[in-house]
Amino acid sequence: MWLTHVVLCQGLDDGPDFLSEEDRGPRAVNVDLQTDATLQVDISDALSERDKVKFTVHTKSTLPNFKQNEFSVVRQHEEFIWLHDSFVENEEYAGYIIPPAPPRPDFDASREKLQKLGEGEGSMTKEEFTKMKQELEAEYLAIFKKTVAMHEVFLCRVAAHPVLRKDLNFHVFLEYNQDLSVRGKNKREKMEDFFKNVVKSADGVLVAGVKDVDDFFEHEKTFLLEYHNRVKDASAKSDRMIRSHKSAADDINRIASTLYTLGTQDSTDVCKFFLKVSELFEKTRKIEARVAADEDLKLADLLKYYLRESQAAKDLLYRRGRALVDYENANKALDRARAKNKDVLQAETSQQVCCQKFEKISESAKQELIDFKTRRVAAFRKNLVELAELELKHAKGNLQLLQSCLGVLKGDT
Amino acid sequence: MAAEMEPPPLGDAGQTDFREIEDGEGFFVSTVTTLESPEPSSPDPPSMPAEGISTNGPKQEDISLDDDPEDLFAEATEEVSLDSPEREPILSDGPSPAITPVTPTAMLTPRMGLGTAEMFERSLDEIEEDDSGDTFDMHIAVSDPEKVGDGMNAYMGYKVTTKTSMTIFSKNETTVRRRFSDFLGLHSKLASRYLHIGYIVPPAPEKSIVGMTKVKVGKEDLSSAEFVEKRRSALERYLMRTVKHPILLKDPDVMMFLESSELPRAVSTQALSGAGILRMVNKAADAVNKMTIKMNESDAWFEEKHQQFENLDLQLRKLHASVECLVCHRKELSVNTASFAKSAAMLGNSEDHTALSRALSQLAEVEEKIDQLHQDQAYADFYLFSELLGDYVRLITAVKGVFDHRMKTWSKWQDTQLLLQKKREAESKLQFANKPDKLQQAQDEIKEEIEELEGKVQQGEKDFELISKTIRKEVSRFEKERVKDFKVVIIKYLESLVQTQQQLIKYWEAFLPEAKAIA
Repeated sequence: MWLTHVVLCQGLDDGPDFLSEEDRGPRAVNVDLQTDATLQVDISDALSERDKVKFTVHTKSTLPNFKQNEFSVVRQHEEFIWLHDSFVENEEYAGYIIPPAPPRPDFDASREKLQKLGEGEGSMTKEEFTKMKQELEAEYLAIFKKTVAMHEVFLCRVAAHPVLRKDLNFHVFLEYNQDLSVRGKNKREKMEDFFKNVVKSADGVLVAGVKDVDDFFEHEKTFLLEYHNRVKDASAKSDRMIRSHKSAADDINRIASTLYTLGTQDSTDVCKFFLKVSELFEKTRKIEARVAADEDLKLADLLKYYLRESQAAKDLLYRRGRALVDYENANKALDRARAKNKDVLQAETSQQVCCQKFEKISESAKQELIDFKTRRVAAFRKNLVELAELELKHAKGNLQLLQSCLGVLKGDT
Repeated sequence: MAAEMEPPPLGDAGQTDFREIEDGEGFFVSTVTTLESPEPSSPDPPSMPAEGISTNGPKQEDISLDDDPEDLFAEATEEVSLDSPEREPILSDGPSPAITPVTPTAMLTPRMGLGTAEMFERSLDEIEEDDSGDTFDMHIAVSDPEKVGDGMNAYMGYKVTTKTSMTIFSKNETTVRRRFSDFLGLHSKLASRYLHIGYIVPPAPEKSIVGMTKVKVGKEDLSSAEFVEKRRSALERYLMRTVKHPILLKDPDVMMFLESSELPRAVSTQALSGAGILRMVNKAADAVNKMTIKMNESDAWFEEKHQQFENLDLQLRKLHASVECLVCHRKELSVNTASFAKSAAMLGNSEDHTALSRALSQLAEVEEKIDQLHQDQAYADFYLFSELLGDYVRLITAVKGVFDHRMKTWSKWQDTQLLLQKKREAESKLQFANKPDKLQQAQDEIKEEIEELEGKVQQGEKDFELISKTIRKEVSRFEKERVKDFKVVIIKYLESLVQTQQQLIKYWEAFLPEAKAIA
């Protein structure tokens, strides 16, 4: 029913200008990444079909692993999830913050609204219908752009990570131009996942209770726990705030329409006023909608992203904590074995393995968490600055419209 | 017959010729059977009884929008609350007022609210002073709401200050205390005197059970403070509109209202008084009448104007509903922004990078200021825009009422003519009566009746022409006022929007360097 073809390459964007200029191109919205000529990944195109979105993943690389220097494949959301899960399940990567998986493209709400609009077509005037249709289409487009951006961020994070970028599955994902035949999880697997998560959370609580000898990690644990909760709260509240903003903009739209009708009907002097103000409100409403959209992009999305990243960081700490517990248990087992003088070699090997695992994780985890902080600070800085600049731009635009209209109206009286 | 049905209104200065006698010859009253109606009456001038009745503003609009013209009883009845708190005082001598000063409105109405509401109204008068060639120079302020009495017998007293240089008033400045039912009483008198001869009498503010009960019960929270402020502002606008009308201004009741220190209690505004019930009956009769009168409109002007007002009514109601939505969403936005600000502050606290932490706290502060801004804007939306629209929706109902009265006047005239015709026919039939002794007496009787009716027909025609002329003048005056009001308000409203944007710019400009300073 809705086929939207969006081209996201620089300058070829023909949709309404919802993302500001800074957002176009391979630089992901929320993460400040160094561009690296050896491997550059972006989503150059996307197609929305009835129930799925097809992303065109475009890679430029000078690495010898790839057959060509530049190539593209088409991927769907499930394939991204498959890639993410393969990272999570890989023991080798236990010591890294796994870039959070992009959320599933969700156009249900938007589709529902469009459908309702179609049903209610008879009850409104042609202008109102066209206007609302345009708005809903714009909303659909905005959601679409966002989901593309989030999938792109995921890939860019992987490409920027010194270890993950070398992952074989990642290369297959980028290069293999056939369908990866990754089916979504069936019911049984989903149930398994569910139980795994339950066990993991319970375990997580146990593990978190173990006091860490290392100050750095102890501090990080406390910090991340609190930070994660606060980001969650801020993200929810910012969503609510932005929704109210959108509602208010919608109201102004309706007011503008009615004023227009009043203006055309009125035979007195004041009709000019009505028409002028109706025109004004049409314009200011668009600006208000942009303000809400920009706040959504710069603030709400930022918070949502760091909600997911802080969860990934927490997961890393959990894995390390688990490894620590295993290590301590292995130590105890070794002591017991030595005391009984039974299976000592086995216990020793086991203890060695645990120790190595723990130390490996600890080392990389420390760096990961430091990087996480750097990335976070940079992302917040970028987005807060851009937010403030956009708010200023829109407020000035609004002000100018209002003042010019006032000038005309005052001159007329 | 008319005299029997209508008890003399209390406090009336005297029987004038302009009493409401719409049910006149009793042609249609008998068709009214029941008084049930689920809908509260639309905001119609013949005001409603005691303060505690009828729903508040926004809900009224919804119901009026659904008003089916086919619904005979839409305008006919009012909800009657048996808990009408002012029933008792009819018997007793009025409560000995233990005046409980309510916390002054200036403190309760958040920041901009009160000041701005008054400011807006004052400017309306200033424009009036500037352009008219006549000597209209008057300013009325309603202020200092104070709760008098306790419990369910309590009421809100308002101070009414009149400042004027006009000579018809005895003093340059007068201050009196009035309560809500006094305003309703004034309106009721003016309506009964002037509406049916074609003058557009501004409708009084609406009653509200919920609002007043909260105040009576002593709930001093934000919503009851807002209610009091809304009412105070509405009363002020009502008085100003009334005195701007050159005829109403000179009405003795208006002068008495503004000047005399004691005013007899307007108990006829209550639901269960005789007058109240009669009003309900009349309203039902009117509704039926409207359905059955088919007027031959010989004057295209009236046809056109009637249609114009219908259209205007529809659009204004729509606009009013949208603006009320906007007010609601802006208030919501303000609340949500405040809550986000707190959340951002918490986030800033837990952030362990110092510069970012500081920037987040700054963001929280900016958002807090912005939430205040949104709230102030919502007040402007309401007091400037929404209330003006509400007033005009009610005013247009009054205008439509006046048109209806003209129709009724015409109808009465026509009916009298029909009756005359019938009597003339009866007279000629008498010639063929076969009781010669009674013939002369019957003929004399009929001759008398015919003469009387001829007089009435002449009067009817004169009345009709007079009301038509009055309405033309009134409509043109109304339109002038409307244009002025809207122009002034629109400009004031846009100025409020300008101010909001300027403040926004200031706040974000202050924040930007903070954000850039994150290292």
